[in-house]
Amino acid sequence: MIKLNNLNKKFGKLEVLKDLNLEIRKGSINAILGPNGSGKTTLIKCLLGMVIPDSGSIEINDKEVKGQWLYRDEIDYMPQIANFPPNLKVKEIISMIKDIRNRDARDEELIEYFGLKPFLNKQLSNLSGGTKQKVNIVLAFMFDNPLLILDEPTSGLDPVALLKLKELIAKEIERGKTILFTTHIIRLVEELAEEIVFLLEGKTYYQGPVAGLLEKHDAKDLEHAIADIFSTHVKETAE
Amino acid sequence: MIKILKYSFFDLIRSRWSLIYFIFYLLLALVLLFLNNDISKAIITMMNVIIILGPLIGIIFGIMYYYNSLEFTELLLAQPKKRSSIFLGQFFGLALSLSFSLVLGLGIPFVFYGLFQSGEIWNFVSLLWIGFILTFIFTGVAFFIALANQNRIKGFGMAILFWLFMAVIYDGIFLLLLVWFKEYPLDTFALLSSVLNPIDLSRVMILLKLDISALMGYTGAVFKNFFGSGMGMLSSISILVLWAVVPILAIVRKAKRKDF
Repeated sequence: MIKLNNLNKKFGKLEVLKDLNLEIRKGSINAILGPNGSGKTTLIKCLLGMVIPDSGSIEINDKEVKGQWLYRDEIDYMPQIANFPPNLKVKEIISMIKDIRNRDARDEELIEYFGLKPFLNKQLSNLSGGTKQKVNIVLAFMFDNPLLILDEPTSGLDPVALLKLKELIAKEIERGKTILFTTHIIRLVEELAEEIVFLLEGKTYYQGPVAGLLEKHDAKDLEHAIADIFSTHVKETAE
Repeated sequence: MIKILKYSFFDLIRSRWSLIYFIFYLLLALVLLFLNNDISKAIITMMNVIIILGPLIGIIFGIMYYYNSLEFTELLLAQPKKRSSIFLGQFFGLALSLSFSLVLGLGIPFVFYGLFQSGEIWNFVSLLWIGFILTFIFTGVAFFIALANQNRIKGFGMAILFWLFMAVIYDGIFLLLLVWFKEYPLDTFALLSSVLNPIDLSRVMILLKLDISALMGYTGAVFKNFFGSGMGMLSSISILVLWAVVPILAIVRKAKRKDF
């Protein structure tokens, strides 16, 4: 589904991605993990064409994506921060994105699901952070595309909305979608992810099932495994 | 592009600032018309306001709009759209909404005052055109500066400096040079330097249109000679259009290579 070959990206002197190689299978659920600055967001932005890699190739469905834009019609993306034009109404922003994609969407179903109906005629500047995030979720999920990319999907959600989002993601998993998500919440990884992609300093440190990572680090749970990676990594750089 | 333009326009036209900008022009035009009782004089005063304020508002709104909508722009960038159509859509949405405030704010009082019966209609149209083109030029430059600078403070500073240079400093340098080199024939130099700065060019064009160039002495005569000819008028209009087009091309070029 997704194939990254020798991806390099520098921002000024900072090397964010260093010869990154990665392959994502169709229908797999992947959690992208790593410390701050390890290149998670840059990786996602490269996939979406927002960051242009210095070298290397990105293939989605066997097609090179560099300089293309139509391939994004098959990707649903949920950005970390939801910030919308302040003077548009909720229903207008939804119809704007529908208009841009020019496709049918299951927006009504999702509006109902997240209880956004009373907010449809409100301006986006008058919404709370959590409600904005719900709008963000609706915008990301409404096109029902085979590839879902979620950047910190749980931030700013109240417990009820969080539960609903998890249920929604679980349903999408059942329907065979390919999902990539980043998070700092270990529970979410344990609950949802089949595979972990662990990035360290712009490289793929580990890719595989959660159990494999536990074994590799002789840890009893994911939290300890990650702590182990962090501590050995810090030691390595200190030397 | 049109879709993004449409929604940007609707978003901006409902903002408080568009309303304030509109009301400002509305009140100013009303006051000028009813105090002066002379459409032609009102147009000259309006011109003096527009050639300074239009660019300033274009610069500030351009910078603020770009930086404030950056997170939403990222969401748009993830849609199946070409980058250039996203940024051009936003740029035209903003420039048109500002022009909309300008046209309505000036148009309503002038029409009610009896613009259509006065024979000043073409002068008024030139005033609007100048306001239009200056808005486009400076909004475009602001957008480009914002695209080129990740650092908001730096971007804002550069944009304000650009406005200050064009609106104030340029004229200062120009006058200094005129004084320093007063022994030499300077009319070609004066003509050239006024034509290169869009604010000066707009001012000269309106002054000539209103036939008060006699106030400008010998240089005025040279200007009149130049702008009065079809060639002069055409070249000055082309320069203004060029000033508007270059930032747009620069936006497209910059947007293609930028990382978000």
